[in-house]
Amino acid sequence: MSFLEYRVKYAPTGFRKVLYLNWPLVVLIVAVASVGFLMLYSIAGGNLDLWARPQMERFGAGMVLMFIVAMIPIWFWRSMSGLAYLVALVLLLFVEFFGDVGMGAQRWIDLGFIRLQPSEMMKFTLVMLLAAYYDWLDPKRVSQPLYVLIPVLMIVAPTVLVLLQPNLGTALMLLLAGATVMFVAGVSLWYFAGVLSLGIGTIAGVFLTRGTPWQFLHDYQYRRIDTFLDPGADPLGAGYNIIQAKIALGSGGWGGKGFMQGTQSRLNFLPEKHTDFIFTTLAEEFGFVGAFSLLVLYALIIGFCLVAAWQNRDRFSALLIIGVVANFFFYIAVNLSMVMGMAPVVGVPLPLLSYGGSAMMVLLVGFGLVQSAHVHRPR
Amino acid sequence: MRRTARDTEESNRTLNRRSLMLGGAMAAMVAVLGVRMRYLQVDQADQFKLLAEENRINIRLIPPVRGLIQDRNGKVIAGNEQNYRVVITREAAGDVDLVLRRLATIIPMTAEEMSRTVQEVNALSAFVPVTVAERLSWDDFSKVAVNAPALPGVVPEVGQSRRYPLDHDFAHVVGYVGPVSDRDLEELDAPDPLLKIPKFQIGKIGVERWMEDTLRGEAGTKRIEVNSAGRVMRELGRQEGDPGTDIRLTIDADLQNFAQVRLGEESAAVVVMDVTNGDIVCCVSAPSFDPNLFVRGISHTDYNSLMENDHRPLANKTVSGAYPPGSTFKMVTALAALEAGVATVDTKVFCPGHIDFGGRRFHCWKRPGHGTVQLESSLSESCDVYYYDIAQKVGIDKIAEMGRKLGLGQRYDLPMSAITDGIMPDKQWKLERHQQDWRIGDTINASIGQGYVLSSPLQLAVMTARLASGRAVSPRLVRMIRDKELPIPDAPPLDISSESLAAIRKGMYEVVNGERGTAKSSRVVDPTKVFAGKTGTSQVRNISKAERESGVIDNEDLPWNRRDHALFVGYAPYETPRYAISVVVEHGGGGSTAAAPIARDVILRALSDGLPSLEAYPSSQRGRIETMLKELPLRDPVTGQPPARTET
Repeated sequence: MSFLEYRVKYAPTGFRKVLYLNWPLVVLIVAVASVGFLMLYSIAGGNLDLWARPQMERFGAGMVLMFIVAMIPIWFWRSMSGLAYLVALVLLLFVEFFGDVGMGAQRWIDLGFIRLQPSEMMKFTLVMLLAAYYDWLDPKRVSQPLYVLIPVLMIVAPTVLVLLQPNLGTALMLLLAGATVMFVAGVSLWYFAGVLSLGIGTIAGVFLTRGTPWQFLHDYQYRRIDTFLDPGADPLGAGYNIIQAKIALGSGGWGGKGFMQGTQSRLNFLPEKHTDFIFTTLAEEFGFVGAFSLLVLYALIIGFCLVAAWQNRDRFSALLIIGVVANFFFYIAVNLSMVMGMAPVVGVPLPLLSYGGSAMMVLLVGFGLVQSAHVHRPR
Repeated sequence: MRRTARDTEESNRTLNRRSLMLGGAMAAMVAVLGVRMRYLQVDQADQFKLLAEENRINIRLIPPVRGLIQDRNGKVIAGNEQNYRVVITREAAGDVDLVLRRLATIIPMTAEEMSRTVQEVNALSAFVPVTVAERLSWDDFSKVAVNAPALPGVVPEVGQSRRYPLDHDFAHVVGYVGPVSDRDLEELDAPDPLLKIPKFQIGKIGVERWMEDTLRGEAGTKRIEVNSAGRVMRELGRQEGDPGTDIRLTIDADLQNFAQVRLGEESAAVVVMDVTNGDIVCCVSAPSFDPNLFVRGISHTDYNSLMENDHRPLANKTVSGAYPPGSTFKMVTALAALEAGVATVDTKVFCPGHIDFGGRRFHCWKRPGHGTVQLESSLSESCDVYYYDIAQKVGIDKIAEMGRKLGLGQRYDLPMSAITDGIMPDKQWKLERHQQDWRIGDTINASIGQGYVLSSPLQLAVMTARLASGRAVSPRLVRMIRDKELPIPDAPPLDISSESLAAIRKGMYEVVNGERGTAKSSRVVDPTKVFAGKTGTSQVRNISKAERESGVIDNEDLPWNRRDHALFVGYAPYETPRYAISVVVEHGGGGSTAAAPIARDVILRALSDGLPSLEAYPSSQRGRIETMLKELPLRDPVTGQPPARTET
């Protein structure tokens, strides 16, 4: 099939483009999403309408969006990246000032047919803008301070706004995805080393001065950090979720307890079992075999995207694919580390599995961009 | 911006190199996640499986049904009744306040109870049922059931609760149960997990407490699946426990009731023992109280009125009351002297009304004196000087030895609370207790059961039983455990010559039946139930020299709590003793007037089938006795109900 022939002499046009989509990627996405439907059905105790059906509907809509985005030439998206970023930034500012009236931390704008979450939008518009920026920038200048400062500001502005919402998880994702694009674009490693050591230094400073008269934070803030870093110290409070999640995972054993037989999720010991902690139910009911299979599926998606990026000689396209897949990867990594007790609890969903409309839509749009870049790659 | 091909080539190489690094990092992370997954799900699986099971499965205890306590003939003294109660669950009720206010219009509930329930409901998880009202009448209970639709979250339930149908009669012997307290738990090394059940009832005093292990039974268990909030999802399995074991006491409930009623509101105690086997057939302390009050949780008002009553209704005077035995002790002194050989049946002592020892004068209760007395007349007329004389000859240690042989000064291990040892003093005892030497005056006082000597009605009954039978009878309170008769404790013959015992018994016969006996008005004329005994009047105050000179104040003129204790010990029938009895009436005045008549009525009741026959009483007393017996508010022998009280 054509997806294996990267040296096609002609660019596909019209509906022929469909044949040139990265179909394995589509199949993998559908496979992972199907696992999600199955789990949502199980978690709802066999109730299709509670979570599984709405999730399927949104996935269907998202797939349609993905195909539409994929059909539109990548150069159109490149030309739109600046505008898209600005719109997302303005919306982010807008919800910062108006969005929270009576809505607490739910920072979304209701457009009637969909609730638009600007922070979700920003995930890919930021990547688009960064890709377009490095496409435009002379590669020789990539590591010049001024040209490093510009993308840093592009990343920091939305990150700070999201952090203020407050949404630590999404802010972290923006930061990581942005940094990854900069890294792949070839920014000198010294910058990364510098930022990294600065961060470590700050953390060390914060903790080393603890207990001295010139400590950086208040005692209660330190205690909060403690429980954040070590939830096990507070088994009935912050640690409860993580302990129960580990029990669910571990008790699944090799083969799992069987579909809809997970005691931890069925008896409500698991927190957030249909959103952030959905993986624990999968691991409990299908065991190591099921959980590892999902990990393999995810790895395949990432792998196919990375290959697509390598094969793409268009700098914008390659960076865009890298940005999207980095985003995808970091969500998986942070979520799985969290539920397996390797990282503090940060509210980050598991892509394609966790219940939630807007994240799924945005992710599929992102894959639409990957497909568009793939279909319209220079040959 | 134009770029050279070389630049593009260079930048593409960078991009590929960096993205390869990225891919490598990602692969490494995925590997780490996979390893972690394997560690949790394969290596640690067993541990987490166990934790998941622990999460899911709770073991709940099923409280066993408490064993019954019955009288010697199987009449239920402590039973279990259906407890109709109403519980409320916050989750289902919604507006707890509103539901409770509606409930209060149906069943009796005070504002205080309501607010307490609201507090309790709000303090616990939403699905935990809280008891609103207990022991509802069937009417109220069914009203709640009928009105269920208007009372969301309110559930009528049936449980088991202790009930004492013979309420006052056995309050002291059997005691009562109550909810486990923290103090109860502290006293136990390894408390039965049952005790952790909220409001689980355990014996607090009396047989209920001391036979707790027998009565409680073994808890059953049920394995239930719970969800994270602790709500029961389903029962997985159940293992039934063992109900508590039934106990039969030696006490005869009808006799017990008769004695209780006969004592009325006196502050008094009666113990009746079967001299042939030591069975305590009657053990009454008066006034009494209703143990059912304690099971329900006694109100402050009720409790305070019990505590403030100077007749001490809560005290079990039969075993925990220690009284100077007074003249009922004279048999001990006499036996000690006879056995030691310092006196014989015919030894004569002249009683001028007093005797002088070591520069002190000791008075006989009869100021003009008894003249010349022998053993028999010393008992029947209760001459004190006779005993002063023989006691200082035989010495306190011999007297104490005899007292102990007859059962005084020792604790009987019966399943009752606060059993006293009493005091049977000797020289050693005084040295240890008071760091003082024994004095002759102490012997004089002890010889007539005053001074340091203290004994409980139970001990006096044992003493009398031993005198009557000549064997070392020991008391027994529990007759059967689960239909199995308990062995009767050994009663070896007392090491006392039968001549001495016969002389003492003859003296006791004369006390009741002799022409000059102190208790002759309490004699029994039925030849098959001849009564013998000894009166006692023990001082609870010192009579000063000045008072003695100006004339001892009559008991009637003293405040109640300064009057003498009235005592009587006796047995019947005289020829073939069956029952021994001891009666103590606190501050009752004289033993012959206050205690002996009670003893006669009770022992006649014990010897009769039903109320004592009037034929047994001297003809001159029958009219009075008939009226008295008729007016006793006895329980109906069939229904067990006391007569309806007609207050005037």
